[in-house]
Amino acid sequence: MNIWLNFLIDSLAFGAVFIYGSTGEILTEKAGHLNLGIPGIMCMGGAGGCLVLNAIGKSALPPFVIVTLGILGALAFAMLCGGIYAFLTVTLRANQNVTGLTLTTFGVGLSKVIMTKLDTVVYLVSTRDYFRWPFAGRKDSLQLLGVLFFLAIAVALISSWVLFRTKTGLHLRAVGENPGTADAVGINVTRYKYLATLIGSGIAGLGGLYYIIDYMASQEAYLSVEAWGWLSIALVIFALWRPHMTIIGSTVFGILFSLGSFITNVSWIKVTMATIPLLKMLPYVVTILVLIISSIRNKRENQPPASLGLSYFREER
Amino acid sequence: MSSKSGSGAREPLVHLSRRASISPLKAWGIRGAAILLGLLACGLAAFLLIEKLQQSPEKIGDFYYSFIRGSFSTSRKLWKFLKNTSILLCISLALTPAFRMRFWNTGGEGQTLVGVLGAIAVAFYLGGKIPEWLLLLLMLAAALLSGALWGVIPALFRARWGTNETLFTLMMNYVATYLVSYFLVIWVPSGSSSLGKLKYGKLPQVYNEHLLIILIVVALTAGLYIYLNYTKHGYEISVVGESVRTAQYIGINERKVIVRTMILSGALCGLAGYLIAAGADQTVTVNSAGGQGFTGILVSWLGKFNPLMMILTAALIQLLNQGAGQISQDFGVNNALPNVIIGIVLFFIIGSEFFINYEIHFRRSGRKESAGRAVK
Repeated sequence: MNIWLNFLIDSLAFGAVFIYGSTGEILTEKAGHLNLGIPGIMCMGGAGGCLVLNAIGKSALPPFVIVTLGILGALAFAMLCGGIYAFLTVTLRANQNVTGLTLTTFGVGLSKVIMTKLDTVVYLVSTRDYFRWPFAGRKDSLQLLGVLFFLAIAVALISSWVLFRTKTGLHLRAVGENPGTADAVGINVTRYKYLATLIGSGIAGLGGLYYIIDYMASQEAYLSVEAWGWLSIALVIFALWRPHMTIIGSTVFGILFSLGSFITNVSWIKVTMATIPLLKMLPYVVTILVLIISSIRNKRENQPPASLGLSYFREER
Repeated sequence: MSSKSGSGAREPLVHLSRRASISPLKAWGIRGAAILLGLLACGLAAFLLIEKLQQSPEKIGDFYYSFIRGSFSTSRKLWKFLKNTSILLCISLALTPAFRMRFWNTGGEGQTLVGVLGAIAVAFYLGGKIPEWLLLLLMLAAALLSGALWGVIPALFRARWGTNETLFTLMMNYVATYLVSYFLVIWVPSGSSSLGKLKYGKLPQVYNEHLLIILIVVALTAGLYIYLNYTKHGYEISVVGESVRTAQYIGINERKVIVRTMILSGALCGLAGYLIAAGADQTVTVNSAGGQGFTGILVSWLGKFNPLMMILTAALIQLLNQGAGQISQDFGVNNALPNVIIGIVLFFIIGSEFFINYEIHFRRSGRKESAGRAVK
């Protein structure tokens, strides 16, 4: 296969990690909650999935069941973390930034403690090819497009459809823009905030599992999940709070991020080692530029949800 | 929450109201109880995570004793505890003025890191060519300037166009990280990308290598306490934090306050970077700030943005950190354990704030009681 095409598919596959992370974060932010715990949640999602796979990886269960149980494990752990966040910020009205950062500290730490106890041969080597269906075993980067990759695309598209084309989505956005008004028209603010945070966390958790089991499929992969969590939060801005835009945005991020290691392999492009960090800096610089430009243009639909970061207390409105 | 209003509807089972005030004793009682509950939960988590405890549960005493041992068993550990608390406190102090005006500076990590980078850059290029005292001064200036620069960029955009500062400062952290790796590649052409300890630009020893850092941070704590509580600048910061409209009404130039405060906040992070560079590490890596820019946010918030209280919260975090580090050594667990312990205890403290800020009323039997409250 052409190396450029190979590179593009690789970037697309890498981008799916961010699709999960930022789609999850968008759903949470649309309910008015800035969840800085996403990096921790992604780590815990990965750890949860691997923990389950570690128990069943060598069993005689059909591959389909193993994959499903792995995904459910990731969802369960990630949603448990999301539940802690939701309980503290929605019910106990705690500061969202502080809660999120604590969750990241906790989640990243716990996932490392869990991952070092697992057996790579069982959770990774024996299950990797199940996750890489239908292209498992190919030698080119097409093998990276597995079950979880296609699920990521589907999740992003469905989330966009729900957010912008259904009544539920309208209600959710109303909660994020002005919970007082939403409450007044009879929308159950607490329920929407909880559901958005839990579902968003579950989706983000799958990103961690995908990165560890499918995209990297290596023993040390879990160590870099945190960094991708932060990049996912950046991508939310880049995608202007639209889940379907994360598909494009994540591919761009994926290209920018792997460009550094890729172009050193292309003989006719002369780059020094020093360019690589600068290329890796680009996604963040681009995000900052998008943030600045969208705030200068000040178009309503490109702004963060109006009540982002604020707790809602009915008796204070 | 979903009770329908109208005649015949029952009063909800639980009803919340914001407390007008709470006695400090009660507030600290609630926080203390939260920390104890958190530590109890850590013990439970330990049984799940540590095999040695599962085999011999009687070692749980050792588990808790390690929190003391980690910081106080030898004088070396005690000095390490004091020094690390000071540096964490310095970063937390730096973030505090911004938080007081509700500017969520999540960029302490990056502002500290560029401070380290600035100081080390000066030491790298000028070390040995100029007198050591001049070098140390130039390093300080470079650290303060780079920190201030990193802090003021988001502030300018926030002041002019209302650009979201939480996300902006967060992104600046990563720009700083890759800036450091860029310079490491340039400075260390061999490709090992580890600079190693520099020979020049080390703060002089006062009694031992840690005391000077501690003294500087103690002075900074007192200074910032006075600045925030007893000066015009501090007052303006509080007003902008409380209500931008009030600030405009009484003639405070809110944009100016935001920019000025973020220059201060960034510069103080730069100072922390200087202490790390010239006082402790004498080198720069992408992990020079070691996540303390984020931990500092927690310390500052836990200390109610009060510099004096933050001494306690910084010490608590560092105590848990070093204690859990001791545990992971003694019980053979992954060295990420401190993060789990700190996370659990913080969850409980964060949750406890609710019981300090809000009063919970349960539904009483009998209508009279509820009618009486409704009138009030």
